[in-house]
Amino acid sequence: MRCAKAKMTTRRLLFLPQKAAGIDLRKITYIPEVFEMNKELINLVDISKSFDGEMVLDELNLNIHENEFLTLLGPSGCGKTTTLRILGGFVSPDKGRVVFDGKDITNLPPNKRQLNTVFQKYALFSHMNIAENIAFGLKIKNKPKSYIDDKIKYALKLVNLEGFEKRMPDSLSGGQQQRIAIARAIVNEPKVLLLDEPLGALDLKLRQDMQYELIRLKNELGITFIYVTHDQEEALTMSDTIVVMNQGYIQQIGTPETIYNEPENAFVADFIGDSNIIDAVMLEDKLVSILGTKFRCVDTGFGRNKPVDVVIRPEDVELVAPETGIIQGTVTHLIFKGVHYEMEVTANGFEWLVHSTGMFPVGAEVGIKVDPFNIQIMNKPASEDEEAAAIEE
Amino acid sequence: MKNNGIARKLLSAPYIVWAAIFIIVPLGMVFYYGLTDKTGAFTLENIAAIMSAEHAKALWISLGLSLISTVICFFLAYPLAMILANMNVSQHSFIVLIFILPMWMNFLLRTLAWQTLLEKTGVINNVLSFLHLPALNIINTPYAIVLGMVYNFLPFMVLPIYNSLVKIDPNVVNAAKDLGANGIQTFFKITLPLSVPGIISGITMVFIPALTTFVISKLLGGSKILLIGNVIEEEFTQAGNWHLGSGLSIVLMIFIIVNMVVSAIFDKDGEGSFL
Repeated sequence: MRCAKAKMTTRRLLFLPQKAAGIDLRKITYIPEVFEMNKELINLVDISKSFDGEMVLDELNLNIHENEFLTLLGPSGCGKTTTLRILGGFVSPDKGRVVFDGKDITNLPPNKRQLNTVFQKYALFSHMNIAENIAFGLKIKNKPKSYIDDKIKYALKLVNLEGFEKRMPDSLSGGQQQRIAIARAIVNEPKVLLLDEPLGALDLKLRQDMQYELIRLKNELGITFIYVTHDQEEALTMSDTIVVMNQGYIQQIGTPETIYNEPENAFVADFIGDSNIIDAVMLEDKLVSILGTKFRCVDTGFGRNKPVDVVIRPEDVELVAPETGIIQGTVTHLIFKGVHYEMEVTANGFEWLVHSTGMFPVGAEVGIKVDPFNIQIMNKPASEDEEAAAIEE
Repeated sequence: MKNNGIARKLLSAPYIVWAAIFIIVPLGMVFYYGLTDKTGAFTLENIAAIMSAEHAKALWISLGLSLISTVICFFLAYPLAMILANMNVSQHSFIVLIFILPMWMNFLLRTLAWQTLLEKTGVINNVLSFLHLPALNIINTPYAIVLGMVYNFLPFMVLPIYNSLVKIDPNVVNAAKDLGANGIQTFFKITLPLSVPGIISGITMVFIPALTTFVISKLLGGSKILLIGNVIEEEFTQAGNWHLGSGLSIVLMIFIIVNMVVSAIFDKDGEGSFL
């Protein structure tokens, strides 16, 4: 399954591929990873969007479930923020539909949608105090005053900022403003909270604290979080599901573990964490030639003598005595990183990045060993013609 | 360090000399003349002169016409500023240019042009009579003065409001919509309050010149309508009574200072500092 999935294009993967590895997937009712979750709440169907003739999203399909912490992850310009803005109603797609709880909300304005957004840089109302900021949505909905007061108290308690009612937004730190922005959104009891790089402006320590805070909030509220970030660590820490995007396409959808351990292509492997991405040839099932040396692996179904990309995480490269290694090389760099040492080993003309708690000095001759299970085989990115052919198959 | 401080102070010397000669000395003279009579003795008569029927009337007309002009300017300027603020960069710089273009021409020339346009046998009436339409007789009436004020001072209202509108983070407006506010609610609860500094600057920059103008009323109001600016001008140039002219100037200054204090309280970000 790992190999077959890797071959599929995004579109096919998401929208129940009609044929994969010769099996008609439409006839399979149980597909793990997708259907064992809660019921679907939002469907983005064939969403396309371009700005000034530049394609930002190209036929994007995405299903979001109830009570899911879903992260849209990718470099800037990958379309993740546009996707979020389409969900919020601030951008309307050129093509495609947004379905919320079974209803088409594509043309519904933001103020009629049952979701709330936490904006980048908070977007608090600077002319109102904290209580007025939080009460804004409730006052618009003409809720009674006692209800609003209770809600303000509850929300401030939830974000650990009790007693801040009369303060003005300008007098708060970035982290506090961020929490007020969250409080302002959640008092409206949305079914979905959209978060647009909410921690981007905070410093590292605060960002880490806020990550745990957000997970706690999500669990307490029991609602869906859709989170946009370019920070892979943030995504791995908080998400139930990560959607890796690049250039308007979804590259991979999966749990943090799947995304990290089984990246589907070189982009995902490179974007998530450090990795060694090496040209290789799949000789036959479970045997791959990396830099001219045969390695055992666990992947099958690629055919014989097929050029592939191989991903090996730096922590999966084992350094041993030269004679016990599969290939031999020389340590060229050594840096102490706290938890581990980072080394570069030149072997067979490739610089292997290695993370290890053990240390070899620069210049040492070492052997490299990799557990077959830790070798991730990926198809080379297809040219556009090949991709088109694959879709028509 | 000490030398550095002295050097810096020296650099400001030309400005201090300039300010002394052209601001402080004339102001001192206004106060001197305003608070003395022809014999040089101290008196408040020149200030109390504002209470006389003729002067009080001129002041009230000035205040009234400036206020009307300011209000008209505001209602014309705000929508325009909003349209400008919502345009993309390439479009709006062109429109802003069109707006600022007349400001590069001399104020007097522009007002004289309006006189030519509005005259009984002026351009507008020629066109109207050619089309067999009734003539427009507003020259030498308060309408013409208000028209002149609005025309001349409108850009001073548009630009500060525009400045304060473009400063509003679009996400703040989006946040209001996101929280359920419709377009009208968003405007009155978010956009308008956040643009108050610009509005205050705009009001100041239209109201003060309108209150003190004498050129517009002279050229477009004929000699029938005397604004306080005309009264002061006449005291200096025709009656030759510098004492009375200065006394009335001090009264006018009090109104201006009140206006500026109010605007300083609201305009903390200096929206009006673009000029």
